[in-house]
Amino acid sequence: MAEIPTPYTSGTPALKETAEELRARIPGWGVDLDPADRPSYPREQPGIETGARWDFPERQPEKWPRERSVEHAFVTPVFGTSTPPKGISGALRKYAYRKYSEGRAAHWLVLIAADRVDAWESHLRSFATLRPDNPVTETGVLSEFSHHGASSRVGKKRADINHQWIDPILVGAPWALAGLGAVVALRTLRKHRPA
Amino acid sequence: MRSMVYRGPYKVRVEEKDIPQIEHPNDAIVQVKLGAICGSDLHLYHGMMPDTRVGMTFGHEFVGVVHEVGSSVQNLEVGDRVMVPFNIYCGSCYFCSRGLYSNCHNVNPNATAVGGIYGYSHTCGGYDGGQAEFVRVPFADVGPTKIPDWMDEEDAVLLTDALPTGYFGAQLGDIAEGDTVVVFGAGPVGLFAAKSAWLMGAGRVIVIDHLEYRLEKARSFAHAETYNFVEYDDIVVHLKKATDYLGADVVIDAVGAEADGNFLQHVTSSKLKLQGGSPIALNWAIDSVRKGGTVSVVGAYGPLFSAVKFGDAMNKGLTLRMNQCPVKRQWPRLFEHIRNGHLKPSDIVTHRIPLEHIAEGYHIFSAKLDDCIKPLIVATSA
Ligand SMILES: NC(=O)c1ccc[n+]([C@@H]2O[C@H](COP(=O)([O-])OP(=O)(O)OC[C@H]3O[C@@H](n4cnc5c(N)ncnc54)[C@H](O)[C@@H]3O)[C@@H](O)[C@H]2O)c1
Ligand SMILES: [Zn+2]
Ligand SMILES: [Zn+2]
Repeated sequence: MAEIPTPYTSGTPALKETAEELRARIPGWGVDLDPADRPSYPREQPGIETGARWDFPERQPEKWPRERSVEHAFVTPVFGTSTPPKGISGALRKYAYRKYSEGRAAHWLVLIAADRVDAWESHLRSFATLRPDNPVTETGVLSEFSHHGASSRVGKKRADINHQWIDPILVGAPWALAGLGAVVALRTLRKHRPA
Repeated sequence: MRSMVYRGPYKVRVEEKDIPQIEHPNDAIVQVKLGAICGSDLHLYHGMMPDTRVGMTFGHEFVGVVHEVGSSVQNLEVGDRVMVPFNIYCGSCYFCSRGLYSNCHNVNPNATAVGGIYGYSHTCGGYDGGQAEFVRVPFADVGPTKIPDWMDEEDAVLLTDALPTGYFGAQLGDIAEGDTVVVFGAGPVGLFAAKSAWLMGAGRVIVIDHLEYRLEKARSFAHAETYNFVEYDDIVVHLKKATDYLGADVVIDAVGAEADGNFLQHVTSSKLKLQGGSPIALNWAIDSVRKGGTVSVVGAYGPLFSAVKFGDAMNKGLTLRMNQCPVKRQWPRLFEHIRNGHLKPSDIVTHRIPLEHIAEGYHIFSAKLDDCIKPLIVATSA
């Protein structure tokens, strides 16, 4: 081996294994060596057969005004109908779509803010139902006990241990604060109740 | 029907929902038999993807049986066993007609930058996904395919995203015979990318992660050389030394938005959502590839900006290639590779979780417990 490392001279580095050795060690080695055998080569294949028999698809009926990017000429002919915008978060979402293009950070920051508001609106709403949100069952955190939570981490060189402790705080702190708030409110009410 | 439902960051539960209806003449309704949780679902689960609404059903990897078809559907019949690519696409727009299925312009009113994806927030079109008993499948004549009789159902579900994405990631690298290929991330996508790099004639395949059990899989399943980045003060310098100071010819980022390895980057993106994604793995890729080399990005990032080291990429004359995978384009060739025994995708499945226990499934996969690599979701009625 030369003392001068590869990039400082013109030669190509020696292969660790020959093609024959690789073919013997690895099933299928080199079967897609020819780019023509690679399905995404070249990237664009005009006229590719897709199964579509239309030039522009029929339009799906719009059951409520569908929010859309201002970079689109119109609501696309097909779209998802999973969860219509509602409440304060819904108003924020509609504002983000109406006001800012996808190129603007504000568009995405308002949508992310709406996501946080949506979670809180939904938690509050759930308390008025027979199935209030339950942070214990919904986080699946009990699997820590049934699926080796401790031994999956202890003694392992894992880079994610240094921030996993933040998760329970992110999830739990607002609940704890809300609980504390309720206790304080009750106490205050009691204190001010005429004896 | 029973259905996974998002309840806010880190929270999901199973609820009763109405069976989806045909909303367009080329729709089908598919009864799901087997689904999966993808690394991409974790970005939603952690609340990183803008416009992820409470009440949405996730899940873009699923196989099942056709339950109902719209009036214009010709290629499928009720009762057919089908596999469905994670892309929702029309087959006829400017992009689809050139093969860019993941960049369809007719299925996502919410964004022009992204195509349609099942169960993947409104930013990807607002469609409910397949972690449920039934799912609406638009453009039934375009996306789904009947599962060949010889194919194992678990292999079929891995063909809806993880395997084609890894295979596509290797293709984006434009690998030439003898190339040194580094793959960041030993999750399902990274493992399949490493395995695929050999098919394209790589001379050396190196996989980087910090989870020892996944690196073990990279050695046994993907025949790769592995390094745990936690063991090195600076993984980029280590990779330079391992390649005689040249750098790798091709580097594949199969990590994406929640990359670990730098506390500040991870916390500002994954926890505080101030970046579209943590660019640690991407920056390592840019710095460890050789000058004139290619970086292939299949790891997913959010639409907000990330602190990417663009100057290094420019000064090094790199080729940066990336996309969501156009899944169905990969199928004919991947079917051959599976049939010939070159690939056995279901070898990476570690957990089979009933839909009713999906909250535990998310936690186990997200917190990387119990040596989890790929969890499948078994629909209740299956
Ligand atoms: N382009 C597409 O079409 C497409 C399709 C599917 C998935 N994805 C994306 O691919 C990525 C991987 O998906 P997956 O299912 O394999 O997820 P995963 O979460 O199971 O795997 C990610 C792996 O990266 C490791 N990792 C974290 N930080 C790292 C670092 N700095 N260096 C090296 N490894 C690191 C993790 O330990 C983990 O093993 C995700 O971002 C996902 O959204 C993209
Ligand atoms: Zn996915
Ligand atoms: Zn299209």
